[in-house]
Amino acid sequence: MSNDKVITAEQLTKRFGDFTAVDHISFEVKKGEIFGFLGANGAGKTTAMRMLCGLSLPTSGKATVAGFDVYKENEKIKRNIGYMSQKFSLYDDLTVKENMRFYGGIYGMSDKQIKDKTVFILRHLHLETEGDKLVKSLPLGWKQKLAFSVAIFHEPEIVFLDEPTGGVDPVTRREFWNMIYQAAADGITIFVTTHYMDEAEYCNRVSIMVDGRIDALDTPAQLKKTFEAKSMDEVFLKLARKAVRNAD
Amino acid sequence: MRTLKFLLQKEFRQIFRDKAIIRIIFIMPVIQLLILPLAADYEMKNIKLSVVDHDHSEYSRQLVSKITASGYFILNDYSPSFDKSMNEIEHDRSDLIMEIPANFEKDLVKEDEAKIFVAVNAINGVKGNLGGAYLRTIIQNYNNEVRTEWVQLPRFSPETQIEVTSSNWFNPLMNYKYFMVPGILVILLTMVGANLTAINIVKEKEIGTIEQINVTPVKKYHFILGKLIPFWILGLVVLTMGLTVARVAYGIIPAGSFLTIYVFAAVYLLAILGLGLLISTYSVNQQQAMLLSFFVMMIFVLLGGLYTSIDSMPEWAQWITRFNPVSYFVNVMRMVVLKGSTLADISKDLLIMGGFAVALNGWAILSYRKRS
Repeated sequence: MSNDKVITAEQLTKRFGDFTAVDHISFEVKKGEIFGFLGANGAGKTTAMRMLCGLSLPTSGKATVAGFDVYKENEKIKRNIGYMSQKFSLYDDLTVKENMRFYGGIYGMSDKQIKDKTVFILRHLHLETEGDKLVKSLPLGWKQKLAFSVAIFHEPEIVFLDEPTGGVDPVTRREFWNMIYQAAADGITIFVTTHYMDEAEYCNRVSIMVDGRIDALDTPAQLKKTFEAKSMDEVFLKLARKAVRNAD
Repeated sequence: MRTLKFLLQKEFRQIFRDKAIIRIIFIMPVIQLLILPLAADYEMKNIKLSVVDHDHSEYSRQLVSKITASGYFILNDYSPSFDKSMNEIEHDRSDLIMEIPANFEKDLVKEDEAKIFVAVNAINGVKGNLGGAYLRTIIQNYNNEVRTEWVQLPRFSPETQIEVTSSNWFNPLMNYKYFMVPGILVILLTMVGANLTAINIVKEKEIGTIEQINVTPVKKYHFILGKLIPFWILGLVVLTMGLTVARVAYGIIPAGSFLTIYVFAAVYLLAILGLGLLISTYSVNQQQAMLLSFFVMMIFVLLGGLYTSIDSMPEWAQWITRFNPVSYFVNVMRMVVLKGSTLADISKDLLIMGGFAVALNGWAILSYRKRS
């Protein structure tokens, strides 16, 4: 396998009973890329992402993440990825610093590494004074930025973001995307799902899922050209209208 | 090991930051141990008695005063007609009627025989039963007194009589608190162990942090140990507090060694924590976990031999109690506290409890999955 492909999926499928959530999808993600994973609610984005993270066992098909097989080497995959779920995933009843210490610790970072990184992140986010506050006392936008910082705290190869900007105001979203760019510049591959089409424009490449299948995959500019659309919004609507599956 | 350190650190921080849990762990057991044993009293006092006296003799008065002097009965009314007393029972103001017929004294003196009628309100079966029994004993006593007074006993009794004297081993005064307090302590330990563990893990499921843990390299056994160890320690703390309360409030000092109690409790807690873990793997949210553990707890407590003797249960129920860890601990606790049993005496129970611990935890670990 060539080195610059950090994620490969081949005919990856997940069925729940007779419902096919993810239907034979194939794609590749290159190192350092910001890969947008788009689709309507219920299109199968989260399920696909959970399979790649080792949270969900595929029904059939092949996939590798960071060079490891999702069936057999899922614990090795976990050492090399970060994950930010749709649900807020920091501990509300721990302070910002305690959360960082905990997640850093379980990824096997040393006390010194954890301390340095904590100081660095808090300074970077301008949250130096908030380090000892309980996470639950912080506004949502800060929490989301923190959750992202924690997801890449252990400097993984790839970070999976599942609708990271849901419910966040436009200014914070902008700041959030600056953080994503920064992480990508540091060499972390970004795999992100989103509903916001303006965010899709920020991605290097975008795939659009409809009813469990990937119906389109290209750079935003190329997609607009192919579908003769002025914006990603239009591209998405053209594709999503074909969906027969009910959104949940 | 380092991973475990971080997990434990996080867990203890969260536990000590949660005021409600601290209250549950430290205050609830003390209060329950102070209140429950007083309520779970098997002795019957304050039985309300109605006396219907048709005789109005010296003897009938003597009998009544003997009964009221016993301390178990309160004379509710002293009426001339049975119907009137019955009315008292119907209005739940009285538990027992004793009817002394006319000519009671005369019959007793002349015929050497007299009859008394006792009617029992059996709605509260325990109270009725015990009250009736107490009353019979007192009347019997009185009967003997009258006999010695009137009848010149022959040198050799014409009838052979067996007199029974009994002595209460291990609890000479039949103090029910010695019996109940160790049992209640077991229940408390069970609740702290199973409920708190189950709810704690399910809470992480609800919030979604468990998924975050599942994408980290944290091993399954690390995560489970990280959850079990804190509650295992807390369980032993609760036990220590309970034993202290038992000593200070009730003067209960175990006849056996504390080591025996702690060794058994340590194994018992492992089994119960495994149960909590199991409940959590089968529940999606905290309500489900609560209801499930409430259901299990109810069966465990009622079939645990705390309030009712296991030996008097029907066979099928006795069979169930063999699968109930609570029943073993209640039994062991009483054996050690009252009888002074040693580790050797309880080795069989200890072994069975070890079996429970392995089975429950094994089942829970098998059904806990990092990947669906």
